[in-house]
Amino acid sequence: MTDQIAPVEGLIKLSRKDFVSEAEVRWCPGCGDYSILAQAQKVMPDFGVPKENIVFVSGIGCSGRFPYYMNTYGFHSIHGRAPTLATGLKIARPDLMVWVATGDGDALSIGGNHFLHSMRRNLDFTMIMHNNRIYGLTKGQTSPTSEFGKRTKSTPMGSVDRPMMPLTLAIAAEATFVARTVDTTTEHLQHTLEAAGRHRGASFIEVLQNCNIFNDGAWREFTDREFRDDRMLVLEHGKPLVFGKNRDKGIRLRGLHPEIVTIGEDGVSEADLLVHDQYAEDPYLALILSRMFWPEFPVPVGVLRQVERPTYSDLMDAQIEQAIAKSGPGDLRRALQAGETWTVE
Amino acid sequence: MTTTAEGPERDVQELDRVTIRFAGDSGDGMQLTGTQFTRTAAVFGNDISTFPDYPAEIRAPAGSLPGVSGFQISFSGSDIHTPGDAPDVLVAMNPAALKANLVDLPAGGAIIVNADAFTPGNLSKAAYAANPLTDGSLKAYKVFEVPVGTLNAAALEGLEMTGKQVDLTKNFFVLGLVFWLYQRSMEPTLEWITKKFGARPVIAESNRRALKAGYAFGDTTEMFHTTYRVPKAQLPPGIYRNITGNEATALGFLAAAQQAKRPLFYGSYPITPASDILHQLAGLKNFGVKTFQAEDEIAAMGATIGAAYGGALALTGTSGPGFALKTEAMGLAVMTELPVVVVNVQRAGPSTGLPTKVEQADLFQALYGRNGESPMPVVAPATPGECFTMAIEASRIALKYMTPVTYLSDASVANGAEPWRIPDIDDLPDISVPNAVKGEGRFLPYLRDPETLSRPWAVPGTPGLEHRIGGLEKADGTGMVSYDGENHHRMVELRAAKIAGIAKDIAPLETFGRDTGELLILGWGSTYGALRSAVEELLADGRSVAHAHLRHLNPFPANTGDVLKRYRTVLVPELNLGQLWFILRGTYLVDAVAYGRVLGKPFRIAEIVAEAERLLTERGVTR
Repeated sequence: MTDQIAPVEGLIKLSRKDFVSEAEVRWCPGCGDYSILAQAQKVMPDFGVPKENIVFVSGIGCSGRFPYYMNTYGFHSIHGRAPTLATGLKIARPDLMVWVATGDGDALSIGGNHFLHSMRRNLDFTMIMHNNRIYGLTKGQTSPTSEFGKRTKSTPMGSVDRPMMPLTLAIAAEATFVARTVDTTTEHLQHTLEAAGRHRGASFIEVLQNCNIFNDGAWREFTDREFRDDRMLVLEHGKPLVFGKNRDKGIRLRGLHPEIVTIGEDGVSEADLLVHDQYAEDPYLALILSRMFWPEFPVPVGVLRQVERPTYSDLMDAQIEQAIAKSGPGDLRRALQAGETWTVE
Repeated sequence: MTTTAEGPERDVQELDRVTIRFAGDSGDGMQLTGTQFTRTAAVFGNDISTFPDYPAEIRAPAGSLPGVSGFQISFSGSDIHTPGDAPDVLVAMNPAALKANLVDLPAGGAIIVNADAFTPGNLSKAAYAANPLTDGSLKAYKVFEVPVGTLNAAALEGLEMTGKQVDLTKNFFVLGLVFWLYQRSMEPTLEWITKKFGARPVIAESNRRALKAGYAFGDTTEMFHTTYRVPKAQLPPGIYRNITGNEATALGFLAAAQQAKRPLFYGSYPITPASDILHQLAGLKNFGVKTFQAEDEIAAMGATIGAAYGGALALTGTSGPGFALKTEAMGLAVMTELPVVVVNVQRAGPSTGLPTKVEQADLFQALYGRNGESPMPVVAPATPGECFTMAIEASRIALKYMTPVTYLSDASVANGAEPWRIPDIDDLPDISVPNAVKGEGRFLPYLRDPETLSRPWAVPGTPGLEHRIGGLEKADGTGMVSYDGENHHRMVELRAAKIAGIAKDIAPLETFGRDTGELLILGWGSTYGALRSAVEELLADGRSVAHAHLRHLNPFPANTGDVLKRYRTVLVPELNLGQLWFILRGTYLVDAVAYGRVLGKPFRIAEIVAEAERLLTERGVTR
């Protein structure tokens, strides 16, 4: 079996409705998760994959409910372990299209190890990490992406843990597709899901998501409509890093450091700016982008890195084929009699 | 009396059984020496049983007591069940090996020592105040001092090797000598050397020379006045091979996958003494076996559940500490009712414990070590060869009842070896179960088979059966999330009833010895050999005893309670402080007696006999 994201011939065209399950959605009204779910349901028909060949796996947290709402196969597993189930499923069944829904606590804290290792193996699944910088389902404790000093129920005098940068981690862990998007920019979210779904290999999407109950305005400072253009940097492959309402700001590299410059000032022109290359084999540009964040920098959204490498299943299947070519298909009778035998009459 | 052409005259003595312990530094190659002797004895046709005993440290300081590695083999002309209570011959490669093992050697036993290693430095590392070879402390034994290092170096002269490389071959000199002493052919080992070192001719030649030099030394020296012959055993007809428990486990699951007509998935994290199962299965890629070395124990368990969900025969393997880490995910497999097998090759605990030593103290963990009412079937192989059949049995139960199953092996059964009559694959049971397919009406992922109470296995990729499962409680039938208390109570009872019902579908508990009587010795797992041998001795002595050995620890065979009632006293020897004993008392209200020892070693036959005699006397049973 091989990975197959290619459309199946003769398939009846599915619509968004086909991917809506009968389960009643139970997230808090106003939760950013609704948007992620709606875009996922919308984008699914575009892959042309029969819905019985799609599996959503989740862990624990608000994101954990995701599979119940998708009318595909689904597995709501345990805290932090969704990547492990997806790994076993994908190894056993490379033909399936597998998605992992997770959150900042689930993926980066209790499941941190699995996140790193599933990425480095380049298993062909897509992980959507809902990042709301808070523990929602347990009602408001600090998470691995919470701001330093953040006051929560578990950190009444402020968190003394430094937040981690999920995209930097994903790149360091050798993920072959790394992107960021925002729950409220629905079109961008949809495109990002689609690009990740089409990528063969370990894909990681960080979705900046609001928790209007326990961390309202989690990303408001740069995602609100009024600031968005000035405080976010939309990445496009092959294009210079330009942002701002007036498209007059850009990112230039000075030595090893990115800096914000204004086009037309101090002799700066577009030609001086960094040009995005999401397909770069080396990770340096992607790593720089992954470290840029508000308020020092506009927050990059889009695909930071996308490289082609054989998937885990490609390599495993090749080894199996090689072993068969060398020793012939397995013969149980021979395997049992391997080594020295003797006969007792 | 026989006379060889050039050697001195010697007696040949026929023995029914001989037990040899090879002991040396962990770098001395004692495990290899023992394994080679085992192969040779097995191929010759003896019944054999082995016990490798090695330290947790890969290379403890050379010559030190913690670095001593041992390998005991018992070979016999009759049917045997254990590697022997005590060695007849101790081969000690250095003072530390002598010191660490002498305690087990009965008076009159033979000691073959590498005399070259008894230097002041090595004596001091082994904390010997005086040289035991000269201070008279070994008077009670027959001591054969062989300058192994010197003789071996002389035999290897002219080969382009460093002194250290030469030294590394001295175990084969000793092996050659022991081959001569027990009249064994060197051929199997010579063939092995050619196969193993073919690409390195100097190494191959050095090992050949060392082996032959040891053999020739025995033949020409006047040190030994007797050689020994242990005749072939009367084993049931068939094709045999030598097999360890871990090898048999791996092959058993390979066979199970074939008999289930499903691909085999094995997810595991390296841990002593279970890693060999991973190594074995990783070498079977031409069968399409998919092995996955996970980032940790939890991931191995999670991936196994994922593979089972995808329709594979999925298993994971570990030892006690790893088993503890898998606990939460095992509960998920209970809740989602997916067929997985969890292999636990038990070792002495708690925590890291004695990583290379045997213990049976994970039974409670296997039965009760999960949150909530979380029943799981538990099976335990009794002998290395039986690991094969119990692997198939564990898979059968998992598939038929859609449940995770624990397979409790241990360090003794896993590393021990015995001759194994290779089964005819045409005799293996068909354990296949179908995947669910779309039928009439709404698909109910938790609709139960009325006989087994198992739910359908609806694997992704099956049109029309899209559904969601997970760790939250399921509504009976539909499998939708349900927080209803009444439903939860029903589901807990259904899951319990499903596992309890397996009792109807497993072999009854058999007894060996008296059908009814004074004493039943009841055990489980790797203690089989010692208990069976003890009961054989007691029966021969006219005692009213029987032996029964449980292979299914949950549920118990349906007749277990009836068997217990047929004996006045039930003795439950275990390598723990009485775990099965406790469960039997609770389940059957039987006033059983525990005999628990946790020395990191298998039981000796003699201690079981002694405990049985003590109990019989205490209860006023006279001969």
